Formats: sequence, structure tokens, C-alpha cells
Amino acid sequence: MLGIGSKFLKENSALSISSTFHKWGSPRWFYQFSARLMPWLAGLSLLLLVGGAVWGLAFVPPDYKQGNSFRIIYIHVPASAVAMGAYMTMAIAGAIHLIWRMKLAAMVMKAIAPIGASLTFLALLTGAVWGKPTWGTWWVWDARITSVLILFFLYLGIIALHQAFENRDAAAKACAVLAIVGAVNIPIIYWSVEWWYSLHQPASISFTGQSTIHPTMLRPLMATLSGMYLFFGWLLLLFVRVEILDRERNTRWVQDLICGESR
Amino acid sequence: MSESGLAHLVVAVLRRDVMASLRRGSEWSNPLVFFVMVCALFPLGIGPQPDRLAELAPGILWVVALLASLLATDSLFRGDFDDATLEQMLLSHQSLYPQVLAKTLAHWLMTGLPLSILSPVLGVLLQLPATGMLALMVSLLLGTTVLSFIGAIGAALTVGLRKGGLLLSLIVLPLYIPVLIFGSSAVKSAVAGGEYFPQLAMLGVFYLVAIALSPLAICGALRISVDQ
Repeated sequence: MLGIGSKFLKENSALSISSTFHKWGSPRWFYQFSARLMPWLAGLSLLLLVGGAVWGLAFVPPDYKQGNSFRIIYIHVPASAVAMGAYMTMAIAGAIHLIWRMKLAAMVMKAIAPIGASLTFLALLTGAVWGKPTWGTWWVWDARITSVLILFFLYLGIIALHQAFENRDAAAKACAVLAIVGAVNIPIIYWSVEWWYSLHQPASISFTGQSTIHPTMLRPLMATLSGMYLFFGWLLLLFVRVEILDRERNTRWVQDLICGESR
Repeated sequence: MSESGLAHLVVAVLRRDVMASLRRGSEWSNPLVFFVMVCALFPLGIGPQPDRLAELAPGILWVVALLASLLATDSLFRGDFDDATLEQMLLSHQSLYPQVLAKTLAHWLMTGLPLSILSPVLGVLLQLPATGMLALMVSLLLGTTVLSFIGAIGAALTVGLRKGGLLLSLIVLPLYIPVLIFGSSAVKSAVAGGEYFPQLAMLGVFYLVAIALSPLAICGALRISVDQ
């Protein structure tokens, strides 16, 4: 009796997992589900980003050492944090696509690459702008900067590989393999760059870095950081939705959707 | 499959690839010529002062060896893909992993190994002090193997594309960076008279990990490239 019950339970839960999986894998369901999510993400991220930026730029007292130039932190840190997380998300999506052949995961992967590359570029750019007044130079071969630069290269590699394939499925699979290989390598790269930097003679420009950040400066940073995550989520959904429409353009529901609007 | 059968398979693929490469000639000699030529460009570009060259030599030798290995990687699966040997490899009942392992090792035997053996000669040309020669050779022996295995992933991903060459370098170069860091650092330490075993030990770790894991990625990538 117990045996039958647990067996039933197991089958039932397996069924519900697979049905959830199927639902999530269905582009149509995702399109309709994400439509409800979009305005919330857009509103919240706008609120947090703009609010956090105004708070950080206008109301937080200037840093005793760096003056006002530190305020770029409210863009720089969120951009670099989200850029790093985005790569891992892309690799996980790639693994899901390879293992379970979920098409939606392939679309997520394709969508993340340009967003992640842009955020990485933003992080490098704001870092350079920040470096000029703080260290007196636009660029330093510092361990963390170098890691972010390499992350940028990894993103560019994924984008280039995706564009080179004519076959969409092959492109997705190839990029998934590359993203996973890159994700395995990221800790190694990060760690060896740290090691490389510690061998370098210490730069004449020193970090103010290690000191803990004051709570009044931290709170707006938390706001822009979470705002950036939400903005990333919104952008990702937007890109995936466009991709869904493009891929499913020959299906009835997309044609109904488009024609219904134009009628 | 029995263990001896597996070893037999590896040896057979290895022998076939080495023979083919030896008979073609240009496949193993071109990377070497590239290595020599580019190394010769550096003194022309930065000036002939011996002390300045000696300071830059570890980095130059390693970067150029890396590029030579990269350029050779494109041809790793190209010939087999064009004449459909690769398809037969995938269709055969032998598992793909040992075949890929053997092919990549054969490729290293024809590119990385000669590069490492030739490197002291170029070290002399670039005024590398004699204390750095052993570290240069050993670090290149270990490092170029890792480069071959990482490069093979890229080669497998791009083998089905018509314009693979430049793309291959874009996707593979960022992954080469740890090897470059530890390889050139070993030579620099040796030149400075310091300990260079830690760097070689790290390269050894990369070596084992690359040999064990990268064939998995290469197999997956080859399936994708042949399927499309």
C-alpha cells in the first residue's frame, strides 16, 4: 500500500515537473506569461535606477578622499556585477538547452550575449572614466580590470560564433558548448590573473579599495544594483520576446496576434 | 571494449595522423617557419639592444609560440571534415573520446613538440639568458599541449564553417590566457634566478585537466558541426 502510494507520488511529481518544464519550454506560454511581468520589471527598475542615481548623485556626501568622482560607483558597480552574473546565466541556459533540448533556453542564451557584452563594456568605460581622476590614468593593468576585459572578450567570442552559423539550431548548440567551456574557465582565468597581478610590481597608483564603504553610500548603491538586475531582467525578456516572435512567425498564434493588432 | 583494444585504437589513430602530417610536410613545418619569422620581426620592431631584448624575450617567445599553435589548430579537423572521415568516426561503433584524444595528441606531436624543441634556438636569437632555456622548453612542452586541447575545442566548433580561421582565434584566445600567464612567468622567474617549479606545477595541473576534460567538449562540438 505504502509502496504503491509512494510510487504514485513519485510518478505524480515527475509528471508535474515535466509538465512545468513543458510549460516553461513553450514559447507561446512564455510570451503570454512575460507580458504580465514586463511592466512590473520596467517600472521597478526605472524607479530604483533613477531613484538610486539621484540619491547617490545629489544627496550622499562626497568621499573624503575622492571627492565627487566616486559617484560613478552607482553605475560602475551594478554594471560589472550584472555583467559577471549574466555570463553564468548564459552558461546555465546553454547547459539546459544541451541537456533537455529546451528551445527557450537557446533564446535566452542568444539574448544574453549582446546585453552582457554591453554591460561589460559599460563597466570598462565607467571604470576608465573613474580611473582618470582617481589614479591619474585611463587604464591600469590591474587584476580586476583585466578579468573584466577578458570577460568582454569571451562575450565577443560567443557573439561572433553565433553570427557565423547559418543554421540556428547549430548556432545555439555551438554557443552553448562555448559558453560552458568559458564558464569552466572563468574561475581559472580570474584566479590566474590575480596571481599574475601579485607578481607584477605594485602599481604606483594605489587603490583606496579595501576600506569598507559607509552605509550612507551603500544604500543608494543597493538601490541601483537591484535596479540594474531588474533592468537586465526586463531587457532579457524583451529580447527573448522578439526572438520568439521571429522564430514562431509562421505559427497561427503569432499571425493572429499581429493581424489582430493591425485590424 | 577491452583495455588493450582501447589502447590499440588510440595508437592507430595517433599513427595515422602523424603519418599523414609527416607526408604532407607543410602541416608541421609551416607553424615552425611562422614561429621563426615572427620572432625575427621583434628585434626589427623594437631595436637590437641585447638587454632590452633579453628582458622582453620570455613574453615574446611565449606569445609567438601561442600564435603559431593557434594558427596550426585550424587544420586539426578540417581535412577529416572535408573528406567525411569525421563522419565515419562519429558513425563507427568505437567511442569518440579516445579517437579525439589521439587526434589532438598527434596534432601536438606535429606542432607543439617541434616548437618546444626549436625554442632555445630562438631564445638565443632574442638574447634570452641561458638560465631561462630549460624553463622555456619545459613550460612550452606542457603549455603547448594545453593550447592544443583548448584550441581543438574551437577547431571542432568552427570546422563546419567556411570562414573559420579568424573566428577560431576570437573564441579561443581568451581561453589561452591562463597558460600564457604561467608559461611566461616560469621563464621570467628562471631568468631572474628564482624558483620556477610552482609555475610548472600549475601548468601540469592545466595539462592534466585539459587532457581529461576537453575531449568531452571536443566530442560534443564535433557532433554539432557534423550534424548541421
